[in-house]
Amino acid sequence: MTVDVPSSLEKLADRLGGAGARLDGAQRLSGGASMETWAFAVAGPKGREDLILRRRSAPFDPENARSVSLATEAALIRATGARGALVPPVRHLCDEADGLGEAYVMGRVEGETLGRRIVGDPRFDAVRGKLARQCGEALVPIHATPPPDGLNLKVSDAKGELDRYEEVYRATGAERPILDLAFQYLRAHLPGPVAPVLLHGDFRNGNLMFDPERGVVAVLDWELSHIGDPAEDMGWICTNSWRFGRPDRPVGGFGEYADLLAGYAAAGGRPVELSRVRFWQMLGSLRWGVMCLTMYLSWANGVEKSVERPMIGRRVSETEADLVVLLEQSL
Amino acid sequence: MITHPKTEELAQAVALWIDQIRPGLDPRNAFLARVAVNVLGVVGRELAQGPAAEARAARLMAGLLGHEGSYADLNSELCAAIRAGDLTVETPGLLAALQTIARDRIAIDQPNYKAEGTPAP
Repeated sequence: MTVDVPSSLEKLADRLGGAGARLDGAQRLSGGASMETWAFAVAGPKGREDLILRRRSAPFDPENARSVSLATEAALIRATGARGALVPPVRHLCDEADGLGEAYVMGRVEGETLGRRIVGDPRFDAVRGKLARQCGEALVPIHATPPPDGLNLKVSDAKGELDRYEEVYRATGAERPILDLAFQYLRAHLPGPVAPVLLHGDFRNGNLMFDPERGVVAVLDWELSHIGDPAEDMGWICTNSWRFGRPDRPVGGFGEYADLLAGYAAAGGRPVELSRVRFWQMLGSLRWGVMCLTMYLSWANGVEKSVERPMIGRRVSETEADLVVLLEQSL
Repeated sequence: MITHPKTEELAQAVALWIDQIRPGLDPRNAFLARVAVNVLGVVGRELAQGPAAEARAARLMAGLLGHEGSYADLNSELCAAIRAGDLTVETPGLLAALQTIARDRIAIDQPNYKAEGTPAP
């Protein structure tokens, strides 16, 4: 079913801005394979408000097999925000009357999410050196938030994640020696048990919003949130696929491991060892490789027609190029 | 192989045309058009470099496994041997061979990708 988003937003304007409010511009932002993001504004008696609509646009596919509903996402943003996490305010959870399908509306936070700019744009030169530490700090309130009741978030540890992704990998039918070797190696180097916490689950360049003066201003895209090892969120932002051409700066292409770990500990997080982050970083490359395979398959199976999908399938080789080096370096 | 034009030139011609019309597209389609240009880049490089990369990968895998075979057969056997634990990161020559195979592959799929371990520019 095709939804005319701008005309639905027009109808939603009253609900958001009060009687007489009207929609003032609606534009789909580029990027996002299964999720649509629209920037729009509502002008009404109380003034003008810049807003963001986040809605699911694609039918269920393997990439999303573990993603949470947008209602859950909104609940997590509210819960972590109440603990001091850097999240945008949730303004409205859409229901059937809105005609937008699964969706919610949040306040628009100004900032940059494009990894390439954060890593390379001179506008971020002054703040770049502080970002790794801020990322560590930003994770603390998230990890300290008790998971809200009734959300049934998935619980997973290192072995569980390996099992899960290996199963997905086998089911794709692809045969990639480097991925097989990475599975074997990581199984032999599982980290010790740790008290599980609420994780963002997709904490990386692209889902973080940065301001050229203030640094980290918002943590976005909560669809992969689950419960697990705190080092998982740290390893994911260190995965080279999110470093945008600066592999020499291991945290997101902008910072150093030591700053990420120090920021986390200084803000009250339980100290994490680097080798544990490196384990999750390597698993991150492996996970992204498997995700690329499943995104290709969602196209091959006819579930998703976008030209993006088969091209993402060719990104498996970037994870292989990274994994083979990580295997040589060891944890 | 057919020349005048070569197959990779056909792919290149389509990519150039997409680049010409891209400025007039809405943001979403402009993004997808850029992806399409990248797809055609992969197709062109696969045509030009793919056969040599596959031949080298087959040679390296044959060396690891101790016998000749087709690329597909050797690749399957190598995966099975790793899965069975017969080959590990300690196996002499394994990581070096996989490194070469990975480099040849990324040179086709994403030649500008800066892999783990690449020094600062």
